[in-house]
Amino acid sequence: MTFFRKALAIVEKDIKAEFHSKEMLSVMLVFALIMLVIFNFAFDVKKQIVNDIFPGIIWITFFFSGLLGLNRSFFIEKNQDCLLGLMLAPVDRSVIFLGKMLSNFVFLLIIEILTLPLFFIFLNIPVPQKFGFFLIILFFGSLGFVAIGTFLAALAANTRASDILLPVLLFPVLIPVILGSVAATKGVFFNLPFSEWSIWLKILGVYDLLFIVVPLMLFEILLEV
Amino acid sequence: MIEVQNVTKKIGDKVILKNISFNVEEGQFITVLGPNGAGKSTLFKILSLLMKPTSGVIKINGIAVNEGGIALRQKLGVISHNSFLYDSLTARDNLLFYGKMYGVKKLEERVREVIQQVGLELSFYQQVKTFSRGMLQRLAIARCLLNDPEIVLFDEPYTGLDQQAIDILNNVLKTLKQRKRTILMITHNFEEGVELSDRILILNRGELVFDEANLYDLKSLKEIYRKKVGISA
Ligand SMILES: Nc1ncnc2c1ncn2[C@@H]1O[C@H](COP(=O)(O)OP(=O)(O)OP(=O)(O)O)[C@@H](O)[C@H]1O
Ligand SMILES: [Mg+2]
Repeated sequence: MTFFRKALAIVEKDIKAEFHSKEMLSVMLVFALIMLVIFNFAFDVKKQIVNDIFPGIIWITFFFSGLLGLNRSFFIEKNQDCLLGLMLAPVDRSVIFLGKMLSNFVFLLIIEILTLPLFFIFLNIPVPQKFGFFLIILFFGSLGFVAIGTFLAALAANTRASDILLPVLLFPVLIPVILGSVAATKGVFFNLPFSEWSIWLKILGVYDLLFIVVPLMLFEILLEV
Repeated sequence: MIEVQNVTKKIGDKVILKNISFNVEEGQFITVLGPNGAGKSTLFKILSLLMKPTSGVIKINGIAVNEGGIALRQKLGVISHNSFLYDSLTARDNLLFYGKMYGVKKLEERVREVIQQVGLELSFYQQVKTFSRGMLQRLAIARCLLNDPEIVLFDEPYTGLDQQAIDILNNVLKTLKQRKRTILMITHNFEEGVELSDRILILNRGELVFDEANLYDLKSLKEIYRKKVGISA
């Protein structure tokens, strides 16, 4: 129980810090909006194309926007050696992972909630019938992204070129999550029968679990000096 | 209480600590002196479980530190070169956060207490990024006291403090000593805090070159330091 309480204390701390500085969310938001504008201009002639690639567009936007957040996430911990402060605290290292992962998740969800309606409106995409399914996919896709992303961001934070290293490490490992998210989203938006794309949802679920459990176990070693 | 046995630390092929051994009794106040790069902070990192020694053992209350983990960290209070404080949080939120991480009881009250102890009441709701160097150091001291640590490791705690804050820190040290807390302090400032300590260690180039009860006045201590380290204090 204290395990979760302390992880939540980290989330609370991150949200308060972000509330004061607004550094992370503003950059993520601006990036997502720029993507929206670019896609809007790039594809406004052929309407059908937009429909076809919409699932790809939103996931690319969210993952890259999330990447900006991940880079920031450990930056504030390195400043003034706060990460050492956390490591001195009487908590399991996995608490630190869980806390950071959850706050990254919260920030990504906020960006998604703010920008998603705009994507529907400006790209003129009809809301799919099974919108609830889409929300579930959004949840699991984002969770997988922040889970592995937080782990690798922590790993990269100890190197000099962390902001460059992170995307290079992250995206190859993330391929199953990207594929799963995009394919399942296509299923929803193209109104395909559930049986045709449910496999992707399962893959997403399995990878999420893997990407949460493995870092929880390895974080102790990762933070070893 | 703390037993350091043959601790050696190598990073790459650089030897940073060479076969250091000493014991610390409960309630003892030890000052660690030594020139820049002597390995003092490295020794504290090892004592506070942030770093593993290449060889050698450290026991606290008879338990090897690598096995003590969380329970040991609960007893520790650390001030290091950096404050461990979050820039964009207020002083209050910083203390509340760390208090939660340490599971401090009656947290709000305790936070008020430590903030008064370091004389930062007026900046309680101020963001830490607006703090001066000395204010930051005061808050770092407050942070370290939150969990009422049994063992405190102070790495150059006097850095950046004005005269008032120096008096505050001296009082903190006196109080800790009265309450039988075990104190290890690194300092370059022979004038402050050193006379409170029971024992002096001098590190030079990773070696423990001096370890004696503190029976010296300032002048003779400086003399000893000069002899052991080779440069004047
Ligand atoms: N991570 C590291 N990698 C390589 N060398 C290191 C590392 N940390 C410390 N050192 C080296 O170890 C030696 C001791 O460093 P340490 O910080 O312990 O010195 P110190 O006695 O605290 O000095 P100061 O009085 O300047 O704080 C230095 O020569 C330093 O360059
Ligand atoms: Mg030092």
